[in-house]
Amino acid sequence: MKIEVLFPEYASLYGDNGNIMYLKACLPKATFIQTSMRDEPRFLKEKVNLVYMGAMSEKAQEKIIRKLMPWKEQIRRRIDEGMPFLMTGNAMEVFYDHIQDGNRKIPGLGLIPYHAVRDMDHRFNGLFLGEFRGKPLVGCKTQFTMAYGGDENCCLAKALRGIGINKGSDLEGYRKDHFFGTNLVGPLLVLNPEFTKYLLHIMGADQTRLAFEKEVTQAYECRLKEFEDPKTEV
Amino acid sequence: MKKKSLRFYVTIFIARMATVALRLTGHKATHFPGLLSNTLCPDFLGQIEKPKTIIGVTGTNGKTTVCNLIGDVLKKNGYEFVSNSEGANLSEGIVTALLANSTFWGKPKKDLAVLEIDERYSPRIYPYLQPDILACTNLFRDSYKRNAHSEYISGILNRVIPDKTRLVLNGDDLISNHLKPDNERVYFGIEWQEGEVSVTDNIINDMVVCPECDSPLNYEFIRYNHIGRAHCSRCGFGSPKVDYDVVRVDKKNARMTMINKGQEEVYHMVGTSITDIYNMSTTVAVLKEFGLDAEAIDKGFAKGRIVKSRFNAMKVGGKELIFTLAKGQNPIACSRVFDYIRQQKGRKAVLLVIDDWFDAKDSSENIAWIYQADYEFLNRDDVKAVCSAGPRYLDYKVRMLLAGIDEEKIHVQKDWINAADLITDEIIRETDKIFVLYDVATMHLVKKIRGDLTAKLKGGKKK
Repeated sequence: MKIEVLFPEYASLYGDNGNIMYLKACLPKATFIQTSMRDEPRFLKEKVNLVYMGAMSEKAQEKIIRKLMPWKEQIRRRIDEGMPFLMTGNAMEVFYDHIQDGNRKIPGLGLIPYHAVRDMDHRFNGLFLGEFRGKPLVGCKTQFTMAYGGDENCCLAKALRGIGINKGSDLEGYRKDHFFGTNLVGPLLVLNPEFTKYLLHIMGADQTRLAFEKEVTQAYECRLKEFEDPKTEV
Repeated sequence: MKKKSLRFYVTIFIARMATVALRLTGHKATHFPGLLSNTLCPDFLGQIEKPKTIIGVTGTNGKTTVCNLIGDVLKKNGYEFVSNSEGANLSEGIVTALLANSTFWGKPKKDLAVLEIDERYSPRIYPYLQPDILACTNLFRDSYKRNAHSEYISGILNRVIPDKTRLVLNGDDLISNHLKPDNERVYFGIEWQEGEVSVTDNIINDMVVCPECDSPLNYEFIRYNHIGRAHCSRCGFGSPKVDYDVVRVDKKNARMTMINKGQEEVYHMVGTSITDIYNMSTTVAVLKEFGLDAEAIDKGFAKGRIVKSRFNAMKVGGKELIFTLAKGQNPIACSRVFDYIRQQKGRKAVLLVIDDWFDAKDSSENIAWIYQADYEFLNRDDVKAVCSAGPRYLDYKVRMLLAGIDEEKIHVQKDWINAADLITDEIIRETDKIFVLYDVATMHLVKKIRGDLTAKLKGGKKK
């Protein structure tokens, strides 16, 4: 079992490192490859069970787009072949068509039919409760962007409370085969044991028991109850 | 300074009346007069006359303590000055402080101001108020909601700090010491200390690679997170030469030796943690740039200590009870306290009351930040219990388990009013020191927790 973590020196903001921390606890025998900005991503030349990238600063995001751009077609092929990807926070935007920052249009990899509008003067913070494969998905958002494009056939989850890819949308994230992208930040896999079980299944680790499953599930149920409560501001 | 408008005069009149009304009704009036003034006259801060000299202190951690230390030294040396220490560090708090220290129509009564300035909201301040000296203690990740990331905050500061402001920067912080490269500047810092190595065991390090060329940074030493001294392995990026350099720390006798312009100066220490030493170094650098000499500064340090609301240690029933501010939603501030705890001798218990008070009232806190705080530092044989009280107790339990802390040592409950209940008689028997960590917003719970724990340690029942 191999998990490749892309550019951890930049892409681990907002507690997204919690995802890898949890996967390490769930998969103690797995190999975790930390690929830095000076390395060539391993998933381009060998099979890995998951490619993970977390949230990053806006400057780092542009660096990472430039870094990955030459391999755009190879990345597309890996996604089409069904290689599992999990992109959290603004890591997903690297794969968008473009990011609009004022008058500046920053081309993305063009592998997700969305574009983002970045507004550094307005930060959005909110809670999210949605539905993924018929089960609740919970999380938090903290971001400078809103996204546009796509439709319900390519979203990851449908929002029940909180916003989707923009304030007027109830469609959250992006999903294509085994590519999962979401604006939710932080330890998504700790917060969502059902989603994590499904991801492990996709990764080929069906028999894996979640680490601290009882405690993680209790925390999930407590949060779910809060998020479902109409009195809780999202 | 902008020309005063009629609107300014009307506003100051109303603000004065409001202040009188607030005081008559028993309020402190440390924020509202400023809020009212800014609302009625949006460029009020630009129009009100300022003291001749302004010292500002900004940065992620340590602003309040540094301002308090500067204030202590100035007072000991007979200076009178304007300070926002009782109010907020936003524009409203600064306006309130200036109003409180001026004549009815806004002429300053004092020639000097020492102002704590929030880094995130500084765009509302610097266009109207130019500090002569501005210290930046450090720049770290802070609340995700408010501050996003340190690059965002340094970008704001680079845009708004006035070009003529002389900067006092942390030579050991590769993020903040590159602020406003064309401004006049001096650096403070602390030389390598025994036991410090060139790798960090912190989860967060925002300076692993060179921000200019992405090459690995070579650290001479790394103190915590990205604090240390480093140079790029390829380009010229790196730590600057430090002007106010702490070369020796004598914790036993509470003295630190600093070299400035080739001269050795010895100062009393108001605290012995590395954070205390950074705060004192910042204070010395600011006050020497202001014009005080080492002797005058040390006079202020001689009997100084960190204010009780931030750190308070007492002996009760043969045990040490230590209350310390940790700042919820700020992974670095919490990790610094965890690091301090792990360095303390003896058997320890830790009680965390750091959930966000405001989120708990009507929302649900984003607990992502606890995955960037170093709970692993509490996974030690000499830490006998790690307790957490507050609405996010189940999340804390998971995080502690992931940090490798033995489940038997973890005690959590939702009720934070009665947080002291978690410190059982068995925990008291097993430990020499109990650390209670609280947030700015849970400070009001401290009195009850202290009372309950004190009663328990004395062998009585809780209050």
